[in-house]
Amino acid sequence: MTRQQVLDLYFLDARHKLIEVAAFLDRVERAPGKDDFRLEAFRTALGKLNGRQREKARRVLLAFSDPTKEPILAATGKGAAGAWPGRNG
Amino acid sequence: MVSRVTYDYERMALAGCQAVCEPAFWAGFDRSSAAGFYDYFRQLTEHEPKRAARFGLKHFCWLCINAKEAEDVKLAGEVIALIPKFLNRPNVLGIGEIGLNKNSRNELKVLEMQVDFAAWHNQLMLVHTPHLEDKLKGTRLILDVLKNDKRVRPEHVIIDHVEEHTAGLVLDAGHWAGMTLYPETKCSPARAIDILETCGQERVWLNSACDWGVSDPLAVPRTALEMKKRGHPAAAIDKVIFQNPKTFLSQCTKFRLSTH
Repeated sequence: MTRQQVLDLYFLDARHKLIEVAAFLDRVERAPGKDDFRLEAFRTALGKLNGRQREKARRVLLAFSDPTKEPILAATGKGAAGAWPGRNG
Repeated sequence: MVSRVTYDYERMALAGCQAVCEPAFWAGFDRSSAAGFYDYFRQLTEHEPKRAARFGLKHFCWLCINAKEAEDVKLAGEVIALIPKFLNRPNVLGIGEIGLNKNSRNELKVLEMQVDFAAWHNQLMLVHTPHLEDKLKGTRLILDVLKNDKRVRPEHVIIDHVEEHTAGLVLDAGHWAGMTLYPETKCSPARAIDILETCGQERVWLNSACDWGVSDPLAVPRTALEMKKRGHPAAAIDKVIFQNPKTFLSQCTKFRLSTH
């Protein structure tokens, strides 16, 4: 596909998703309370969208990922939070 | 698929699906004993094939203790000891969906036990990679386990739920890479096709998540349609959604489709 064709096929969907992200940030910033590790990771991930560096999706995924290499002592739950809480999490 | 109703089977058949391959997975709660797994394996090898056959679908399955129930190593050993009773059943493809969930020491131990079992019995393996923030670390740990067992043939292993940051790691190790399609979270059809376009079409396949969360049994046909919209030729679409899984699964001599 040409760039024009990609834009024709996906621009409106991507625009919608970007507005949803913006609305999410408005919503969370209107709410009282502190940021937690998820929002901090989210803001870091957003920064990966700037500029012309390639592989933005991969960089965003890495921004949310646990970078450590050793297994944890024990699983205390089943689900994943969506962002790495850090070594103290 | 134990988690799906007959309406889903009917829609899959109407969409041109030829076969269903169902891994042993979490029930949504922890089974209380090995007996629970014994009954589940009966369901996968006796009941579900009959249910799928009513809609003209062949049903195949994988057997294991899944990563979410792998924190109990003693239970895992008891479940693995049951598997030989079912291994020769006609719809059993191999060992899966083994893997990691939270990347704990016990999960890793159980993964090693099941890789050892699969290698000893010369079985194909289907491996689950953790979700979200745990996926990168889990994928690396899984690849190390597989690499450290010299009996494992890389092409006999499919590592599932790859995303942009893990697909290359899996393919570089010589394994197959599965992309699991979800409508709301994880990999979307558009992103799956992006990964195909950047990583190539060799040793990759697509699969529809059909578990307890919001998932779409028709995600693979929808992705085929998305590929067509992007101008991929029919042969390329057929390779990814049919020929590739058929090639991998045919490494198990029991995998036979009625018309091919």
